[in-house]
Amino acid sequence: MLRGRDVLTALDLSREDFEEIFAAADEVMARGRSQLNLMRGKIMATAFFEPSTRTRLSFQTAMMRLGGEVIDLGEVEKSSIAKGENLSDTVRMLDAYSDVIVIRHRLEGAAKLAAEVAENPVINAGDGSRNHPTQAMIDLYAIRRFRGRIDGLTIGVMGDLKYGRATNSLIMALTKFEVEKIYLISPPQLKLRQETRELLADSGVEFEEVENLEKVISELDVLYASRIQKERFPDPSEYELVKGSYVITPENLRNAKEDLVILHPLPRVDEIDFRVDSLPCAKYFEQAKLGVPVRMALLKLILGG
Amino acid sequence: MRSGKEPILRKIKDGTIIDHIPAGQALNLLRLMGITGREGFTLALVMNVESRKLGRKDIIKVEGLELKPEDTDKIALIAPMATINVVRNYEVVEKRKAVPPKVVEGALKCRNPNCITNKPNEPIKSKFRTISYNPPKLVCEYCGHVMTHEDIVKQLLSEA
Repeated sequence: MLRGRDVLTALDLSREDFEEIFAAADEVMARGRSQLNLMRGKIMATAFFEPSTRTRLSFQTAMMRLGGEVIDLGEVEKSSIAKGENLSDTVRMLDAYSDVIVIRHRLEGAAKLAAEVAENPVINAGDGSRNHPTQAMIDLYAIRRFRGRIDGLTIGVMGDLKYGRATNSLIMALTKFEVEKIYLISPPQLKLRQETRELLADSGVEFEEVENLEKVISELDVLYASRIQKERFPDPSEYELVKGSYVITPENLRNAKEDLVILHPLPRVDEIDFRVDSLPCAKYFEQAKLGVPVRMALLKLILGG
Repeated sequence: MRSGKEPILRKIKDGTIIDHIPAGQALNLLRLMGITGREGFTLALVMNVESRKLGRKDIIKVEGLELKPEDTDKIALIAPMATINVVRNYEVVEKRKAVPPKVVEGALKCRNPNCITNKPNEPIKSKFRTISYNPPKLVCEYCGHVMTHEDIVKQLLSEA
């Protein structure tokens, strides 16, 4: 049961929680674009202390489509934060105005602190480099939608596995399911952190760390790509050296299974060649469209609409 | 010359005996307890002696200093599973096992610079959950960063 709960990390969610969200998202999807009145009279506050386009807009759209209202903290530079107000006090204020707070922050654990301060539920829309649980919900829902199931699949997660909050959250979420195998594809500098590796090992999921996509492409049912950020490399020439190996092109998909699904949390920069967009395996734009229904499902379950 | 049967350390009248200290940690423990040797306590220290339980162990005896129960948690983080004996008039009146606490609050600083607990001006205390007891290993409740025994010892001693 998700009602009244905070959503801080994918690890807090059980398989049943994920399935509850998927079922609610199916219902929302079945209703098409019709406006629902489930959240009439409820207010969601969005507090994004870090820039975000799609996460903020899709949360706001989701609440509006449910018939609720939205207030937004606005740009941090123009808000009370600029006057030196701390996070706890800002959250206390938003909590008094709204029924649920959606927060994004650069610092790890900011959402947990917000949840400790707020009486109403807090949803983590990304903090630090580990947690982005609603992205993981969308990603799993996309896998289930495009592949029909999550259990039994071989999934490649590629890109920045060290600092990427989307990749880390997806990996955490996958431990709740019975996947066949996870391939962790990254340059050595961006390999999974020890904590997450231990978590995977403890969960009993089979996984393997590899540096080369082409070596494993033929085995994958799902390939989840993510951005490799230049600023993660102390030496720019090192970045130039590795980046080419993690770009998906029609050429390196030659040996892929026919029903491979490629996902990406977006925005992408150059890690997926534009020529891939028209291939049947390219599902990342379809995946992005699931952001609103999945977040609608989550809000509905948390606020009990 | 000491015969084989004679105890390596003489009995103390009043004070504390810390036994079953993991070999090599006694000096760290003394530093943590703030004992420099200049306080005037009669102090005995043995390191790397044979132990049935541990293979090798260290022992500290301090005459005239009684450790308080609240000191146990910190000792446990450096010397997990050490035995603390409080001695009064040659009798052991209290025996405590230095088991690392399940939750360590406020005593350590998270090593992750991006952890919210390191943000100044927030009413927040660090909080770690123990995921392994011997050697102790802690995970930050806020950011998930893991502190190894080595990290813990280093930090506790830098503050001692």
